[in-house]
Amino acid sequence: MRIFRILIAKPGLDGHDRGAKVVAHALRDAGFEVIYTGLRQTPDQIVRTALQEDVDLIGLSILSGAHLQLSRKVIELMKKEGIDHIPVFVGGIIPPDDVPQLLQMGVKRVFGPGTALSKIVEEVKTILHEGVASTGGS
Amino acid sequence: MYDKEFLKEFSQKLKAWEEQLQSELKKFPERQERFDTRSAIEVKRVYTPIDLQNVDYFDDLGLPGEYPFTRGVQRTMYRGRFWTMRQYAGFGTAEETNKRFKYLLQQGQTGLSVAFDLPTQMGYDSDHPLAQGEVGRVGVAVDSLRDIEVLFDGIPLKDVSTSMTINSTAAILLGMYAVTAQKQGAQISDLRGTIQNDVLKEYIARGTYIFPPQPSMKIITDIFEFCSKNMPKWNTISISGYHIREAGANAVQELAFTFCDGIAYVEAAVKSGLDPNVFGKQLSFFFAAHNNFLEEIAKFRAARRIWAKIMKERFKVTNPEALKLRFHTQTGGSTLTAQQPLNNIVRVALQALAAVLGGTQSLHTNSFDEALGLPTEESVQVALRTQQIIAYESGVADTVDPLAGSFAIEALTNEIEDKVWKYIEKVDSLGGMVRAIETGYVQKEIHNSAYEQQLAIENKEQIVVGVNAFQTDQETQLKSILKVDPSVEERQIAALSKLRKERDNNAVRESLKDLKQAAENGKNIVPYVFNAVSVYATLGEITDTLRDVFGEYTESTIL
Repeated sequence: MRIFRILIAKPGLDGHDRGAKVVAHALRDAGFEVIYTGLRQTPDQIVRTALQEDVDLIGLSILSGAHLQLSRKVIELMKKEGIDHIPVFVGGIIPPDDVPQLLQMGVKRVFGPGTALSKIVEEVKTILHEGVASTGGS
Repeated sequence: MYDKEFLKEFSQKLKAWEEQLQSELKKFPERQERFDTRSAIEVKRVYTPIDLQNVDYFDDLGLPGEYPFTRGVQRTMYRGRFWTMRQYAGFGTAEETNKRFKYLLQQGQTGLSVAFDLPTQMGYDSDHPLAQGEVGRVGVAVDSLRDIEVLFDGIPLKDVSTSMTINSTAAILLGMYAVTAQKQGAQISDLRGTIQNDVLKEYIARGTYIFPPQPSMKIITDIFEFCSKNMPKWNTISISGYHIREAGANAVQELAFTFCDGIAYVEAAVKSGLDPNVFGKQLSFFFAAHNNFLEEIAKFRAARRIWAKIMKERFKVTNPEALKLRFHTQTGGSTLTAQQPLNNIVRVALQALAAVLGGTQSLHTNSFDEALGLPTEESVQVALRTQQIIAYESGVADTVDPLAGSFAIEALTNEIEDKVWKYIEKVDSLGGMVRAIETGYVQKEIHNSAYEQQLAIENKEQIVVGVNAFQTDQETQLKSILKVDPSVEERQIAALSKLRKERDNNAVRESLKDLKQAAENGKNIVPYVFNAVSVYATLGEITDTLRDVFGEYTESTIL
């Protein structure tokens, strides 16, 4: 069985990366290969990294309140590049009212403050297996 | 603090007590085998005079207002005046934040604290592509002097003290503030306030760095020099442990890394010929107050003692004013839970009480809804009222350092101090803080601590009420969460393009040319920044000029 590759990215100008790093660490400990972009990536840079690194999943960490604009931008660019089959999840300070909008634009899961790492790992596995099932495996 | 005779007698009694205890423990074991704080300090069952046998009252505690300032930096502390109640605020445009400031002052807040949006912190104008979606989000949007004029409209700057959370672009915002004050008729030598201006912690915890560490240190030293001559009442830096703590550090690491940053700044300033007896008075600090009540109180008391020793022993400072550690405290944002948000009111109250018992000079209390978004007017009011209840109702402000002499508090204060010195030695051995940051040592320590803490919550070694224990099924929905009006960005950009047309563009070009030359020739850049600001050069234009000279820093990602 191959090892899934996950991209953890910090779009926008927000410098709070404690959550992104902790989640990246937990996913790595759970056996995934994790690429963390570092701070202040434009949606364009994120999509390019996703392409270059041939990732299976993208996680966006946003705490600045710009989650709607930034997630939309990333997903639009993914469509343009023809990689919108790669699932996306979002974590950070996300007001509950905004969650339906994120899901509607194609985000698979939204993880707010206090989400257990074990839950994130479990959900990531679910998302990846859904993806494998729908594309017939790879 | 006790004579030998007494300690001998006491040891015997304690031994007998412990023997009896052993049989009791067999019947009634304790809740845990060990009780540790997050700083890996083992908390003892009971603290006694034995724990304080090596304490020398005058060397280790002193009287309030006297070296080593363990008991506080003033003789009367809150009997003279309460701490400054200072709520960090800012969102949307300058006009909207001006309204919030006036509201807070009318509610009895005693100092202002400005939150800037990320483009302002990163030196981008609101119309920059990277600013898209971020304008006015986490703070007020500032592009030019015009915005600061509006921000403080009707607020006399000679009378209020203002703290500005601004780092890489601190010289620019300081310039805008000073020029606005002058336009109001104030002397800049009378202005009171603080700029955060602590760039080292940006590389390790907060992320809003622009230039590489060396030129950043140069700009900070320029500000020290300029202010010690022209703005003597201004705090030129707020050396911040808050963000280090919020990024995952424990209480000991918070102090240790903050003081390592402080040492680096003082060393840089001394190297450029400044006298620590003079600029040392204008250094201020910023710490977090987290949940472990006793550990936090001990932390604040240890902090004063350690910094006084650093300044006296390491930098040979003799002026007592330059030995005093004065600090702002904010309750811990990362301790707020999105689950059962009203519980946060209680957490904030306990953290605020720890800060007051620890002798803080000013305090920000978080609002209960901040794990979900920006606070509303209602939640901000509860947060401010929390401080007012501690001040006016609890009685803890009526005597100075009321917990001094507590066996537990004094023992924990000593233990924190010892552990902090060990970290400082370690960083010294790595070649100092700038070097330790460049190698990633500090980032790694903080990240490991953050990860350990999260694992402790996952396996319930650490209980977070409402999150991993005592959960409820129904999700609490807050009635209202503050929404930033999406038209803010458009309005800000429109105002900016209007400004660019209306101002004297020749004067702007000249001022930027002068600034560039000054930066290239290693002159103090602050007067040139003030000049550029006063002719309405924008924050982005000024920062770009400096980017051209100093370059930009890219982090090496440390996991």
